[in-house]
Amino acid sequence: MKNELDYIGKSVIRKDALDKVTGEAKYTNDFQEAGTLHANLLISPYAHANIVSIDFSEVWKIPGIKAVLGDEPYPLVGEEIKDRSPIAYKRVRYHGEPVAVVVAETPIIAKRGVDAIKVSYEPLPVVNSPREAFQQDAPLLHEDMESYEKQERVYPIPNTNIANLNKIRKGNIEQGFMESDVVAEFTISFHPSDHAAMETRCAIAEIRPDGTVIFTTSSQAPFALKKLMKWYFGIEPGRVIVKTPIVGGAYGGKASIQLEVIAYLASKATGGRPVKLFNTREEDMITSPVHIGLDATVKLGATRDGMLKAAEIQYLFDGGAYSDKAVDISRAGAVDCTGPYRIDHVWCNCYCMYTNHPYASAYRGYGHSEVLFAFERTMDVLAEKLSMDPLDLRYKNAILPGDTTPTQVLLDSSRVGNLPLCIKRLKELMKWGEGQINEMDGGKIRVKGACCIWKTSTFDPDATSGVILTFNPDGSINLMSGVVEIGTGTKTVLAQILAERMKIDINMIHVKMLVDTQTVPEHWKTVGSRGTFMAGRAVLAAANDAIRQLKDRAACILRAPAEDLQVGYGKVYVADNPDFSIDIKDLAYGYTFPNGNTIGGQIIVSGNYTIPHMTYIDPETGKGDPGPEWTVGAQGMEVELDTRNYTYKILKAYSVIDIGKVLNEKAALGQVMGAMSMGIAFGGRETFVFDDYGRVLNPQLRTYRPLHYGEQPEYIIEFVETPHLAAPYGARGAGEHGLLGMPAALGNCLSSALGVQLNKLPLVPEQLWRISNEVNQ
Amino acid sequence: MKEVSNNPLCSFLLVVNSEENVVTVRPADTLLYALRIHLGLTGSKPGCLNGDCGACTVLVDGTPMKSCLMLAVEGEEKAITTIEGLKNTPIQKAFVKHFAFQCGYCTPGFIMNCHALVHTEKDADETVIKDWLESNICRCTGYKEIREAVISVLHKLKKNE
Ligand code: FES
Ligand code: FES
Repeated sequence: MKNELDYIGKSVIRKDALDKVTGEAKYTNDFQEAGTLHANLLISPYAHANIVSIDFSEVWKIPGIKAVLGDEPYPLVGEEIKDRSPIAYKRVRYHGEPVAVVVAETPIIAKRGVDAIKVSYEPLPVVNSPREAFQQDAPLLHEDMESYEKQERVYPIPNTNIANLNKIRKGNIEQGFMESDVVAEFTISFHPSDHAAMETRCAIAEIRPDGTVIFTTSSQAPFALKKLMKWYFGIEPGRVIVKTPIVGGAYGGKASIQLEVIAYLASKATGGRPVKLFNTREEDMITSPVHIGLDATVKLGATRDGMLKAAEIQYLFDGGAYSDKAVDISRAGAVDCTGPYRIDHVWCNCYCMYTNHPYASAYRGYGHSEVLFAFERTMDVLAEKLSMDPLDLRYKNAILPGDTTPTQVLLDSSRVGNLPLCIKRLKELMKWGEGQINEMDGGKIRVKGACCIWKTSTFDPDATSGVILTFNPDGSINLMSGVVEIGTGTKTVLAQILAERMKIDINMIHVKMLVDTQTVPEHWKTVGSRGTFMAGRAVLAAANDAIRQLKDRAACILRAPAEDLQVGYGKVYVADNPDFSIDIKDLAYGYTFPNGNTIGGQIIVSGNYTIPHMTYIDPETGKGDPGPEWTVGAQGMEVELDTRNYTYKILKAYSVIDIGKVLNEKAALGQVMGAMSMGIAFGGRETFVFDDYGRVLNPQLRTYRPLHYGEQPEYIIEFVETPHLAAPYGARGAGEHGLLGMPAALGNCLSSALGVQLNKLPLVPEQLWRISNEVNQ
Repeated sequence: MKEVSNNPLCSFLLVVNSEENVVTVRPADTLLYALRIHLGLTGSKPGCLNGDCGACTVLVDGTPMKSCLMLAVEGEEKAITTIEGLKNTPIQKAFVKHFAFQCGYCTPGFIMNCHALVHTEKDADETVIKDWLESNICRCTGYKEIREAVISVLHKLKKNE
């Protein structure tokens, strides 16, 4: 029988395809059970204010109002530090913060109710950036920080705006600078922005008479919600059921728990009735958590011939008004605080700061695109000082097996991809040798820029992923995994892995798209490009068990030892005499002999995977082993800039990524391209615009503009394949990596074009004009 | 009796996907709201409710319209087509084949727009395609896949002529 890989590497049609092109795919807000009540939010118009009074009296005059929530001390919530009231109490700390909630029969009545609330505020001084927050005399956002309950391994500093500090101490930084001949120091900053998933967040909660809480929610972390409900409200995880249907884009933004808690409180206020809370676009952009901002200073030291010796770094993440996920994002930023280079002496203080901005959720890349913008821009500054080609500088210092990361993880060729090869291929694809800058007619220039990327995913060390397989009487297999289908096609890839292992037609695998925490095994969180790795390993474990059971059963019937049997092509057969075989469909539900005797019942198997040997990082030095492998890559951009008015067009965007092994080619290309598209928008145009009072001026998709059709460049993507030995077929995580270097590559490109060092995002023409003018004066 | 609403409701015939439906809506209800809530046709998606994203796109007498920008009552005596009304069309097949969707949330709107495009502008070039499709946002894909899907259908329809 044939033995080649049948499904791995192929562009297998996605299992959710038909539902998605026919409008049949159901997202959270598409579920509309009769009897469901609707909640609507009143949000704060101020970024920082005391709530002097709230008057609900007019609301109750409207027919159809079921409950009004607000002006009450609810239990504090937060992912690692409980610092946030789910509905503001006495004080608001960001523009868009929920102040009150009205529950009514219809969304329209609920909205009328919200409009009838009267609130009076007393504005307070605003902290409008992490640098401001860091000043000694900055107004404090959380005076009671010491009283907050928190998880272990968070390091807030009371009486400051520092929600967390992570330190990286590797080697000896003084020595590093002593060994350096050239030093480059550079400071960057950018504001928070948004994920702008097309599906705005939605949560439905109800409380059953026995106290069981049932959620339906557009979440990347349905299993985490169960655990947090225990921490927040003392509800045992077995009493919480979370259902997550298909999710309409997430990009990290749906990894935070927010609307679920409000919907739960609203349900509680109405005697447990189902209550739906669906964000408007404006709420989704500012009320719900956003993409984190960053202020940073990077100082690099190198020898005259360009060997990096020292990196001294300060990151000030703009965590916003509440710490929530920002603590962990800043931790991830600390773990990979440099670019993918060998640097023996690293010193980094990575702060998560409180500001009066909307608070942060994860964002594709989890701190890495942000940190890389700072680091990789500084690398270009250094290259200029050294008069070296920026890609040659990177090639010289590229991280290799045998080197250590900032948290002192010793790498081998399984744990880190082949960066030198990525750089080499990028140079070839970009025709780098032909020069970075080309003058065109009419004041236009064409310019190329590049950078390198890397990322590991810092999961909780005990993060786990499980899979259950059940067989049908036709021999087909149901695949149940807690991975949420957020658009990445991971569940199709899981089906490919299963089909490959079982040597079965992929159409004989039925994937359950809906996650239901009561019937589907846990997948820790659908974040960090780890679905394929962890759930894939769980699939393989379950498949191996299924194969074992099938062989055991077939052994009695075929009268051959189990170890002589093979499973594949819908059969169990004797390896050296395939004519002796039995169909899986005759075994999977138990085998019945002609006289009626039956052995076995339905085959039900499970598999589980936890990444071994992961550790926490040390609070004083950062030493620790926080991630299983590092995906590396090199990215570039070619831009045409009009030097007369500073407008530009991105002509080509390049990614060369060591993906370990391509499992589904078109899906992988789609992931990388989509991530690049987001990264281009993050670097080139997307930001929240804050006024002096910390208010967001553009919470709409016409004033905050993602890329539209026709604005995309030509994408040139290539994969390198250095296997990660622990992963199914060697595949590395790559759902985020296309995004990581786009802002830095664009910054490097435009900086070369203009002969200035651009240090702010987004790189809109006005920004280019301003900085060029400052420099020329 | 307590006054519950100052808006009278209106009932009329709404023809959606060639089926007649009697709908009773508030005069202020949008077509998107009527389709989703009254008719249960949840394929058309709310993404912004003010015309910025295109996720709610349907066809009104064959022309793509953002159903969040149109009142339900304006749909009377018009033929409305939603994603649920398209079955096995070339553009749907092309979206599957070219991986022109990921999360799928923008997909119904894009498909409606693309479907009208390939049938209205048989000779569409890049500029025409851009003119038509720039009204819709897809946050997941790089648009390249959508472009390839549209172009493949244009080619196919040409060949069949
Ligand atoms: S919902 Fe209609 S355009 Fe966005
Ligand atoms: S497929 Fe997700 S927005 Fe287009």
